[in-house]
Amino acid sequence: MCLAVPARIVTLLPFNMAEVDVNGNMVEVSMKLTPRVQVGDYVLIHAGFVLEIIDDVLARDTMSKLEELQENVR
Amino acid sequence: MYDDKAYTSQLITEIKKEKLNLSLMEVCGTHTMAIARSGVKKLFPHNLRLLSGPGCPVCVTSQGDIDAVIELATKPGVILATFGDMIRVPGSNSSLQEAKSRGADIRVVYSPLDALRLAKHYPEKEVVFLGIGFETTAPAIAITIEEACRQHLQNFSVWSLHKVVSPALEVIFSDSEITVDGLICPGHVAAVTGIDPFIKLADKYKKPCVVTGFETPDILEGIYMLLLQLRNSDARAEIQYQSVVKPQGNIEAMQVMQKVFKTVPSRWRGLGVIEDSGLAIKDEYCGWDARTKFNIPEYEVQPVKGCACGDVLKGKIVPHQCALFAKVCTPLTPVGPCMVSQEGACAAYYRYNSAETRAN
Repeated sequence: MCLAVPARIVTLLPFNMAEVDVNGNMVEVSMKLTPRVQVGDYVLIHAGFVLEIIDDVLARDTMSKLEELQENVR
Repeated sequence: MYDDKAYTSQLITEIKKEKLNLSLMEVCGTHTMAIARSGVKKLFPHNLRLLSGPGCPVCVTSQGDIDAVIELATKPGVILATFGDMIRVPGSNSSLQEAKSRGADIRVVYSPLDALRLAKHYPEKEVVFLGIGFETTAPAIAITIEEACRQHLQNFSVWSLHKVVSPALEVIFSDSEITVDGLICPGHVAAVTGIDPFIKLADKYKKPCVVTGFETPDILEGIYMLLLQLRNSDARAEIQYQSVVKPQGNIEAMQVMQKVFKTVPSRWRGLGVIEDSGLAIKDEYCGWDARTKFNIPEYEVQPVKGCACGDVLKGKIVPHQCALFAKVCTPLTPVGPCMVSQEGACAAYYRYNSAETRAN
């Protein structure tokens, strides 16, 4: 149930709503939980709301090399 | 990042080297499905067990709560709006789907905001939204209640069955019959709560907790981070899913959840009543609380003969150890909620492991 779907913000609409692109489908969602959202941001949507912004740089960095993980515990 | 096959196979190689007898538990239905679908369990050594915990809100909802909601849905003039996940879940004698086929006005919606639109569209009806879900979902429902309040929408209310995750995890960690060495923590719950609840768990029970994402490399990385901690006798809370989860969580979401909801004792299927684990609507918003608006009695919980969902939810057994699994209880004829919910441990086992479990 806690499934959240990635989407891209296409247009900011009145009343804290936004049009987002989910795999080519355009959907209207609420931005009330994430007021800092900008056009072009990648976000996670859940139950019609933007739950969180996906940090693209960190998304790449998260897959850090094994050595880095191993370093952390040494 | 997710095409990094080399990194995935490096992680699998490292995990295969594990020699300790360890049990790791995931506590999110989305993890349950992602792990089953990926097939990674089959690659792990036998000494490394992956268990499913009480991480599916549909599965942990008590039958008595479902019976009460069915009664509510059959009241004249009521439209019950619900997420699709709840529609087939059996109560003691019936389900919302069966109530609908008998004439109850039950609508499946994607968002609580859709339920608000229904209330505006049918001013002569009472629209009740069935609020279910953990911290990931509760803020969306809280915002919707605030919105109904702002718009003075009198014919809308919420029947809250919301729960918070960490009190149930305390029950698991405190049970001497359950061995869990580390937790694969729910990424989207933590997107809202931040890492604090998991730091408290790790400190109190001296077990490592890693907030993990949902793609296969995320899950493998989360598991490997747990193994590294366990090899070093560490017990810290860490975030693997850093692209989404901030250490402080989503502050707006937490604020609105705390503004609208208060914690109350709540009954979990298989775990019993857990203090401070339920979210009830605060008195300030009682005009939008369906429990205040409608007089629905408490239903007693009738145990289902042979159904071992409770033990599955606690990680005491794996689904195929239930006598009903794949015999009486299948996705077409589910007996317990773990088979009904698409994210239930039994449904995941049936779909992805059924050939091997039937052979056993």
